[in-house]
Amino acid sequence: MLILAREPIHSALSLVLVMSALAVLYLLLGAEFIAAVQIIVYAGAIMVLFVFVIMLLNAGIEERTDYSKVAKYAGLPLGMFLLLELAHWMAHSIIGRTIANGSEAANTAASTRELSAQLFQKYLFPFEATSILILIAILGALVLAKKEE
Amino acid sequence: MDFVAQHPVLVVSLVKVVILLFLLLTTLAYLTWFERKVVAHIQSRWGPYYVGAHGLLQPLADGVKFLFKEDVTPPGADKFVYVLAPFLALSLALTTLALIPFGPPNVQVLGQSTLIVANVDIGLMFVFAITAMGVYGVALAGWSSNSKYPLLGGLRSSAQMISYEVSLTLSVVGVVLIAGTLNFNEMIAGQSGYYRHVLPRWNIFPQFIGFLCYFVSAIAETNRVPFDLPEAETELVAGFHTEYSSFKFAMFFMAEYANMITVACLATILFLGGWLSPFPESWTFLQYLPAVGLLALALYLAYDTIVLARGIARIQLTVITLGALVIGLACLHPVVMAVIQGPFWFLLKVGFIMFVYVWMRGTLPRFRYDQLMAFGWKFLLPVSLANLVATAFVKILPLLVNHG
Repeated sequence: MLILAREPIHSALSLVLVMSALAVLYLLLGAEFIAAVQIIVYAGAIMVLFVFVIMLLNAGIEERTDYSKVAKYAGLPLGMFLLLELAHWMAHSIIGRTIANGSEAANTAASTRELSAQLFQKYLFPFEATSILILIAILGALVLAKKEE
Repeated sequence: MDFVAQHPVLVVSLVKVVILLFLLLTTLAYLTWFERKVVAHIQSRWGPYYVGAHGLLQPLADGVKFLFKEDVTPPGADKFVYVLAPFLALSLALTTLALIPFGPPNVQVLGQSTLIVANVDIGLMFVFAITAMGVYGVALAGWSSNSKYPLLGGLRSSAQMISYEVSLTLSVVGVVLIAGTLNFNEMIAGQSGYYRHVLPRWNIFPQFIGFLCYFVSAIAETNRVPFDLPEAETELVAGFHTEYSSFKFAMFFMAEYANMITVACLATILFLGGWLSPFPESWTFLQYLPAVGLLALALYLAYDTIVLARGIARIQLTVITLGALVIGLACLHPVVMAVIQGPFWFLLKVGFIMFVYVWMRGTLPRFRYDQLMAFGWKFLLPVSLANLVATAFVKILPLLVNHG
């Protein structure tokens, strides 16, 4: 529904549903804190901004161009076949095998306490770098939105 | 009975959910009565008076009215989103109340604690997650009405909500630092005890600025006076719920009151000590307080019935008096008395905060929208951050002193 909806608002709402489903997947894996943060950040803030933009720009119903008969009937099956083949290739590669067996760090307990211990001790530099990245994005938005004097 | 013994979690949770939902919806309805009465008395008039004794059947009349009104859908409205918005608003507003502890966790039936529906380890985070999703109800309602005023009202209201959400969550982090946990029960347990045997160790005393920031942000988050420009009548007709009629409007209405209740419950848990009594545990005579309060209420209602009321109000008041009498006498029973202590203090504190909410509605004028947003971003956010930094500094000071 995300890619097939005619109204852009329906697509945005489907994306909110996808984010919530991701949060539920996190819950099922035992990472409650990340599930809550996923909902707060993605579904609750980022998607709200998406919805704002769609509402303000009043994007209309998407045009359907039914020009190519090949794309209409053979597109989806061929796409699925490509996806399956890629998945098969990746699963049997080194990366796929590592992910399937799980790495040690990913399988340890994900309570808030351990998560924060990892985030602020071992991964401190990526954390600070990410915050500077977000700051740069905010500055860029400010520069773009500033009125010319 | 075998099923009940084998699946205690499921059965007890279902019963808790049903009871909580029933009590909650009744409380929502009577909260409207409470608000109308208090605002009326502030404005030197009486409020609802005729519909039942003291206007107590007014919510029932309002409910019947909402159910029987014509349900109009504006032309050109996106039907799916138009119907989804009030459902989303109400269901999210009611969900947070499943995480709130109404009393101590040792009150148990079949091994499950009965006074909290879901004891989640990261309860506070989930409450904020669900509150964050609540913005959708408002934004989608405004957009899907296919009309200028709701769109503007919805956008303004949701922008206000996401702005004040930031300072809401930041003002609470001080409390989390003090408590060291996100679990509600443990936070309340950390607030037991006294400073020098006099002042209860509630989080409001070290975190007074945090409490003020939280309370102001909460009022803005729930779109109440003085921050209710998006739904003010003189400004934007009725804001984002202009084009809604009958039951969908009632759902928005209930969602707003449910948000108020949630925020008040959070304020009591985080800052006012939850279900803890402000008096020392050794004063056991205070255990009779719920019974005494209810019996006093029954006495006043009896006076009202016998001396003042006439006609059908007399019959209604007799019923209520007898009800208050029965519950008051039931509170004298030792088992009931032990169980009801926690919820009694919790409901008293929540009731006090709701009274302050309604009091402000009757007294204060409303902010203009740019004043509102400037206040949120330029004042509340820096103050919440400063509170957070100061709390963190004070918390870490002993470690610095020891190592330095």
